[in-house]
Amino acid sequence: MSKKYDAGVKEYRDTYWTPDYVPLDTDLLACFKCTGQEGVPREEVAAAVAAESSTGTWSTVWSELLTDLDFYKGRCYRIEDVPGDKEAFYAFIAYPLDLLEEGSITNVLTSLVGNVFGFKALRHLRLEDIRFPMAFIKTCMGPPNGIVVERDRMNKYGRPLLGCTIKPKLGLSGKNYGRVVYECLRGGLDFTKDDENINSQPFQRWQNRFEFVAEAVQLAQEETGEKKGHYLNCTAATPEEMYERAEFAKELGQPIIMHDYITGGFTANTGLAKWCRKNGMLLHIHRAMHAVIDRHPKHGIHFRVLAKCLRLSGGDQLHTGTVVGKLEGDRQTTLGYIDQLRESFVPEDRTRGNFFDQDWGSMGGVFAVASGGIHVWHMPALVAIFGDDSVLQFGGGTHGHPWGSAAGAAANRVALEACVKARNAGREIEKEGRDILTEAAKHSPELAIALETWKEIKFEFDTVDKLDV
Amino acid sequence: MSTVGDYQTVATLETFGFLPPLTQDEIYDQIAYIIAQGWSPLIEHVHPSRSMATYWSYWKLPFFGEKDLGVIVSELEACHRAYPDHHVRLVGYDAYTQSQGSCFVVFEGR
Repeated sequence: MSKKYDAGVKEYRDTYWTPDYVPLDTDLLACFKCTGQEGVPREEVAAAVAAESSTGTWSTVWSELLTDLDFYKGRCYRIEDVPGDKEAFYAFIAYPLDLLEEGSITNVLTSLVGNVFGFKALRHLRLEDIRFPMAFIKTCMGPPNGIVVERDRMNKYGRPLLGCTIKPKLGLSGKNYGRVVYECLRGGLDFTKDDENINSQPFQRWQNRFEFVAEAVQLAQEETGEKKGHYLNCTAATPEEMYERAEFAKELGQPIIMHDYITGGFTANTGLAKWCRKNGMLLHIHRAMHAVIDRHPKHGIHFRVLAKCLRLSGGDQLHTGTVVGKLEGDRQTTLGYIDQLRESFVPEDRTRGNFFDQDWGSMGGVFAVASGGIHVWHMPALVAIFGDDSVLQFGGGTHGHPWGSAAGAAANRVALEACVKARNAGREIEKEGRDILTEAAKHSPELAIALETWKEIKFEFDTVDKLDV
Repeated sequence: MSTVGDYQTVATLETFGFLPPLTQDEIYDQIAYIIAQGWSPLIEHVHPSRSMATYWSYWKLPFFGEKDLGVIVSELEACHRAYPDHHVRLVGYDAYTQSQGSCFVVFEGR
C-alpha cells in the first residue's frame, strides 16, 4: 500500500514507539537510560532516541517515501522504571540488522551513540547495554588469538598471568627502560607493559625502545627458562606508523603488541587486530579515555558496552579495573562485564548489570586485565574475583619493593602461586588471605618485605557509578 | 651494610615454580582439584635440556575419566622411576576448552 507525502513535524512516538513489537533474533537490541526534559512524555523521549539513532529526522521528508522505512527504522519496544530513580527510565530499542555494516563496530557506534546524545529533548542519555545478534557477531573477527591460543603461545596454565607497567612511565631512555623490563621479567613476571603514555617521544623513540626491550625479553627468557613478553605499544598518530611499529615488533621476534582502542579509535583497532591474526601476534588493549565516557551514571556509555565492542573489534587482553585498587569499579558490575569478555554465553542478570542474554557463539575470549594501585595484599581478592583467565598487573606494587623490581616481581609471583595453590586445595582465599600470604612469606624474604612495605593499604572510596538496584 | 638484598635470578618451570616443592599431601590436594573440575589427569616428562619445548613426552596416554587419586599418584611415581633424570609434570587437561586447567612440575630432573 503506498503512502501519501504529508509534510510537517510528526510526533516521534507515532512512528517509533511500538510496544507490541517482538524483537527478532537478528535485531540489535539496545538499552538506554534516558532522562528527558521536564514535561516531555517518556514514550516521546524514547521514540525520539529510537528515531534519531536510526532513520528519523526531525521533519518528515518526501524522500522517505522512496523506500520502506518501516523495514529500516529502529523501534522502542519497551520502557522500564530505573529502580530508585524517579527521573530516569530505561528505553529498549530494536534495530534491524540491515542498518549495520558487517564487521564494523565503528558503524554500530556512529549510529547508536551519534547525534542522539546531543539531542535537546534529553537532559541525559546513557547507553547501558547492547545485545549483539549472532548474525552480526559472525561478521566480526574478534580477538586475534583468544584466551586458549594465548595460553598455548605463552605456555601459561592454571593460574592468572602476572604483569607490570614500566615506571616511571615517562622520561626513561630506551636503554634504561629495557633495564627495568629485564629486572621485572627475571624476577618472575610473565609480561611487562608500555605505559599508555609511551608512544615515541623525544627522550625515547620507539625503535630504540623496541630494540632494548627485545633484548631484555630474550635474556630473561634464557635465564629463567620461562616464556616472557612485553606489550610494545604501537598506538601512533597514523595507521601507517602503527603498522610500521607492529611490523618491527614482529621482526624482533616479540610475542605481543599493544593498542589504545578508544583514543586510537575502533577503525584502527579492528585493523590492527586483523594484522595480529595474520601475523601471529598477541594484542594487549589499553582503554585510555574510557572514564570520560563511562563514569557518569546518567550520561555516556557504560563500560560493558565498550568491553563488548572491544571483543568484537579484536583484542586478546583488555583492562577492566581491579575492584580493589585505586580506580573506579564495583565488584558485581565488573564481574558482569568480564563475563562478556570471556564466556561464550552470558545470561541476562540485572544484579550484574547485564540487560540481555548475550550469545558470543564461537568468538574467542579476552583476558581481563586488572591494573592500577594493587599490591601483594590484594592478591587473594584478585585471584578470587578475576579467576585464572586474567592478567594481574602491579606497577608500584612491583617497582616499589625496597630491593627493586626483580624482588618485587618475585614477591608477587610467590603470592600469586600461594593463592592459586590454596584455592585449588579448597581454602577460602579471601577469608584466609592473611594466613596464606604469611605462610608463603616464610619461604620468600622478597614476599616478607613486600608484605611489610604495603601493610594492607586499601583504597576504600565508594564508587560513583553504582548498579541501579 | 645496606639493607637492600640481592635478588638472584632463578630458573623455574612455570606454575608453582616459585613455591617450595609440594609435599605429598599438597600434591594430593591438587590432583583432587583436577578431578573435581572434571579434567583428565595427564602426565608428561622431558629431559631438563628440553624443558622449554612445547611438547614434552606423554607418560602413556592422558588418564581420561580417571577418578582415583591413588592411581594418579602411582603413575607419577612410575614415570619418575622410569625417567629419574627427567622433569615430570601433572596436567589437568580440559577437553571442553582444549586447554590445561592446571599444570605443574611434580618431580624436577637434573
